[in-house]
Amino acid sequence: AYRTDEGQPWVLPVVKKVEQMIANDNSLNHEYLPILGLPEFRANASRIALGDDSPAIKEKRVGSVQSLGGTGALRIGAEFLRRWYNGNNNTATPVYVSAPSWENHNSVFMDAGFKDIRTYHYWDAAKRGLDLKGLLSDMENAPEFSIFILHACAHNPTGTDPTPEQWKQIAAVMKLRNLFPFFDSAYQGFASGSLDKDAWAVRYFVSEGFELFCAQSFSKNFGLYNERVGNLTVVGKDADNVQRVLSQMEKIVRTTWSNPPSQGARIVATTLSSPQLFDEWYGNVKTMADRVLLMRSELRSRLEALGTPGTWNHITEQIGMFSFTGLNPKQVEYMVKEKHIYLMASGRINMCGLTTKNLDYVAKSIHEAVTKIQ
Amino acid sequence: SSWWSHVEMGPPDPILGVTEAYKRDTNSKKMNLGVGAYRDDNGKPYVLNCVRKAEAMIASKKMDKEYLPIGGLADFTRASAELALGENSEAFKSGRYVTVQGISGTGSLRIGANFLQRFFKASRDVYLPKPSWGNHTPIFRDAGMQLQAYRYYDPKTCSLDFSGAMDDISKIPEKSIILLHACAHNPTGVDPRQEQWKELAATVKKRNLLVYFDMAYQGFASGDINRDAWAVRYFIEQGINIVLSQSFAKNMGLYGERAGAFTVICSDADEAKRVESQLKILIRPMYSNPPVNGARIASMILNTPDLRKEWLTEVKGMADRIISMRTQLVSNLKKEGSSHNWQHITDQIGMFCFTGLKPDQVERLIKEFSVYMTKDGRISVAGVTSGNVGYLAHAIHQVTK
Repeated sequence: AYRTDEGQPWVLPVVKKVEQMIANDNSLNHEYLPILGLPEFRANASRIALGDDSPAIKEKRVGSVQSLGGTGALRIGAEFLRRWYNGNNNTATPVYVSAPSWENHNSVFMDAGFKDIRTYHYWDAAKRGLDLKGLLSDMENAPEFSIFILHACAHNPTGTDPTPEQWKQIAAVMKLRNLFPFFDSAYQGFASGSLDKDAWAVRYFVSEGFELFCAQSFSKNFGLYNERVGNLTVVGKDADNVQRVLSQMEKIVRTTWSNPPSQGARIVATTLSSPQLFDEWYGNVKTMADRVLLMRSELRSRLEALGTPGTWNHITEQIGMFSFTGLNPKQVEYMVKEKHIYLMASGRINMCGLTTKNLDYVAKSIHEAVTKIQ
Repeated sequence: SSWWSHVEMGPPDPILGVTEAYKRDTNSKKMNLGVGAYRDDNGKPYVLNCVRKAEAMIASKKMDKEYLPIGGLADFTRASAELALGENSEAFKSGRYVTVQGISGTGSLRIGANFLQRFFKASRDVYLPKPSWGNHTPIFRDAGMQLQAYRYYDPKTCSLDFSGAMDDISKIPEKSIILLHACAHNPTGVDPRQEQWKELAATVKKRNLLVYFDMAYQGFASGDINRDAWAVRYFIEQGINIVLSQSFAKNMGLYGERAGAFTVICSDADEAKRVESQLKILIRPMYSNPPVNGARIASMILNTPDLRKEWLTEVKGMADRIISMRTQLVSNLKKEGSSHNWQHITDQIGMFCFTGLKPDQVERLIKEFSVYMTKDGRISVAGVTSGNVGYLAHAIHQVTK
């Protein structure tokens, strides 16, 4: 979760404003939302992902399912794919998850009934970057029709994203091999500060004619973590196909949660449909993204100034909330035990935990860990 | 070509279809009796005063939006358990239970169904009353369970087929799962009397069945939360370690906020901890952690003495209005000159009433009188008001005389 420079959670000012508006609106009640969610939320959420000028939206071949956070969107998508993707029983259809990935990806697809969950090469520990060769090779060798979970931006946990050129290569192979793109977009806007930039990959795939799913989370970019606001965007060949897909997703939703929670969706819908509130929100998002970017550059410059062994450009080249520092488990243990700095055994740090007050301490500690422990 | 060419159009939801047709109808006297949500005497949605107060209190606290734990808001889950079990419950006081927050009733049922699928190895069979809430079957099926049924509703008397139920239940294979509606049976409104519950408990115990209670209407049925939870508490007192799904959609009017809970009564606190850990493992890949808003409101109400008192009054108010509509419907039918026995309308309890009307009579009600209900003759009494109960009686009489 995002933290301010004081190390505190941050409720976005625009969210506070909109919540007050909702509280003051006596015409609102707590009635059930439709099964697929609040219509204004669904349309706006998908518009954010695909872009105002999205041809897919214009051609009415986009569907949306309001979900319980990004996780809920992934689960509905996974349940649907297991029932309907390639024939009516996809328990044996391979699902590829990046190595590494968010651990819950595995569980979501497993619990949705997929029995063959594999990894695709992603993180190159030696060069501390993307293993594009390994990734493309895995795709070329994957059984036709396999499902691939792709991180739209700000890869979790490595913070390493393909460049646009690399995305183009990925898309080309996926098209050739008839692989299904399931995007996980949890950080749109939060990563670079630009909604369009962070959605480039998803939009590129759409422009290349792919049918795809995109699980969106508004936990981070709206700071609405505990309201569970997410959206599954479905892009299909045409309106008729999308309509039938949604009708089946409705059945899946009905036995999972019946209909989604209204509070968070109302906040997002109200914000996105008002030009003024949208601008305010964009500003809040940029505030968060900029702080993280600042912490990245400040950390890197300190490590380089200290002469810490190794190269540290990956700190600023990586993007989003997380960074794979490259610290090994022993060095991590040192950080935790001796310096009381908590990070994952994988060397992943949450950049949001950095503040102007603790930058020096963290940089020195990393320096110590790297020089003392091999 | 599309990946989805072979995807069939899902069947339209039968209940939604009722509301759709109702919306299209231009008759000023039209009535929507399909609605599964409470309406006040003006036919409008009702936001409880205690809910508004709780919301104001919550807003003033300026809380953050950090993720809840996977199992939900602790103050909420504890209060939910206490509400269902009773504050003097040994099971509650000893801590030999686990309660996790669920996405209202459906989500709680589904967590329970998935839990049983994974950990209840003795049987795949879940026995539902005939009839039951339409969504029970697909929930359990999607969780990987099989559905069976026991006799429950007697269409000849529009009441409980107790001997049929006892007969069927006494033959259920040991260690099967039986689902019981704690109160205000949906869709029939027919509940067992306390004496009958006692016999059911004895039989269920004898057959060594796992009891799954669905309690979606505590307080909303009789107006008394303790009375409505009587069966749940009695079973536990008899040593039956039940599992329970609760919803706060109706009794707090929190429909769209999705406040609910799933509880497992365990042998001891240690078992409860182990069960809890597994429930979390099930919840995480479904939606990670639950939504805060409804749980916070419910928790504020249950844990603030003044608000709790006000809630109990309001929930009784809703239940009383429903009961009064039942009474008025029967008296109006008599006034219309109907010679049928409509006693079941006042014998039944809760939001729904199985009128006993046949499909062709229902069709006439819809077409000729713009009175909308589901084909099985179920009406939502919540949709009846003092302003339209006379018209409803008139319409029913016309199609049944």
